[in-house]
Amino acid sequence: MRDSKDIKLKIGLAEMLKGGVIMDVTTPDQAKIAEDAGAVAVMALERIPADIRAHGGVARMSDPKVIKAIQNVVSIPVMAKCRIGHFAEAQILEALGVDFIDESEVLTPADEEFHVDKWKFKVPFVCGCRDLGEALRRIAEGAAMIRTKGEAGSGNIVEAVRHMRTVQQGIKKITVLGDEELVTEAKNLGAPVELVREVKKLGRLPVPNFSAGGVATPADASLMMQLGAETVFVGSGIFKSTDPEERAKAIVSATTHYMDFDLIARVSEGLGEAMPGLEIAAIPEQERMAKRGW
Amino acid sequence: MNRIGVLALQGDFEKHKITLDTLGQHTVLVRTKKDLDICDGLVIPGGESTTLTKLLKKHQLWEKVYNFAVEKPVFGTCAGLIILSRQIVKEPVETLDLIDIVTERNAYGRQIDSFIDELDIKMSGMEYKFEGVFIRAPKIVSSGKNVTPLAWHRQNVVMVEQNNILAATFHPELTNDTRIHEYFLTKVKG
Repeated sequence: MRDSKDIKLKIGLAEMLKGGVIMDVTTPDQAKIAEDAGAVAVMALERIPADIRAHGGVARMSDPKVIKAIQNVVSIPVMAKCRIGHFAEAQILEALGVDFIDESEVLTPADEEFHVDKWKFKVPFVCGCRDLGEALRRIAEGAAMIRTKGEAGSGNIVEAVRHMRTVQQGIKKITVLGDEELVTEAKNLGAPVELVREVKKLGRLPVPNFSAGGVATPADASLMMQLGAETVFVGSGIFKSTDPEERAKAIVSATTHYMDFDLIARVSEGLGEAMPGLEIAAIPEQERMAKRGW
Repeated sequence: MNRIGVLALQGDFEKHKITLDTLGQHTVLVRTKKDLDICDGLVIPGGESTTLTKLLKKHQLWEKVYNFAVEKPVFGTCAGLIILSRQIVKEPVETLDLIDIVTERNAYGRQIDSFIDELDIKMSGMEYKFEGVFIRAPKIVSSGKNVTPLAWHRQNVVMVEQNNILAATFHPELTNDTRIHEYFLTKVKG
């Protein structure tokens, strides 16, 4: 891994977000609700994933006007998404001064072969993954934070769990491999051997590992934290529920105190309807967002 | 042996814990009032100050930390410094008012304005350079006469001390240099 001041600053910001909740918002009002509820950052979007899914068509970077309006009302970091491989969208987001760019499978990919070369940017990037190989390829491209893909906009935690467990199993496996086995493991993972060696040395990813895609309840947040997530992204789960304000606060408490089950029981009480949610099997193959990215 | 608490509601508390562990210090991650009861010193880490403030209040730790800091040493970095300040410039943000400084949040700008640069430290009769990691950092705008400046980045004072309170606008926990944490431990040992 490149050891420069640049990556230290990028990972540094990811460190500051640990133990917190990052919430998807589409308006300044929602951004305020998120900040007041204790979000550590907001993701400024034109449409939340559930609506992107319902709306269909090509999903692109948000209107800069939406992003600026949100930057103006909150003091916490503001993130925004660019399409996979769309480095021009990323350049525009950097010019807008967003604090983190999510090169996201939630938007329609712009390049079906290559991701953005994230080393070229001063702004840090977060990328999704389904397994360790994908995580390490994104880190090799300069990502300063990794998150599970989950299945965004589904309100179903099952894919996020699968991806987090797969990453953790991949890490555990490497820690017990002999040094002579690492090159072959790197080949199998499709990841640079230097990063595989680093994972063996550290026993974890060299960048913070967050969770996203399908978190809808305080219990979902606790589950992901116990599985090894260091922070939780909540997309559609808050503003698609009947009482966003209370749900947002409850998910923040459950993330901080993810092992305090009396407290999580208390904050889960009478929260109203969670977002409706989708059975993954009911989502047609070609509409599954987690499959985007390579 | 003394026990140092690291406030672990949110932020880079793990990095502080790792630094203190390296020094052979017994550390406790503080998430509840009970956790704080067994500590002899407390670190308030970097993170998001608005989030940390809300969580401290929600879990009745606000008063608890204030009372703790009246007699025991507390070290705040970045967001921790903001929370310890007397007042925040231009914003009606509530603070613990444990050190007589006025602070401006995000004073250097957004993440693209974050930087690493050399600092000058003058502490315990020694002078040395230190790697200053500034991430969406605050600035100390003014400080009272009982506040001792300990570090400078160009013209700006970036670390201060008042009795048992130590506060820095940067992140020593993100470097491998343990000297500032060692200094804090001398305050705990008295």
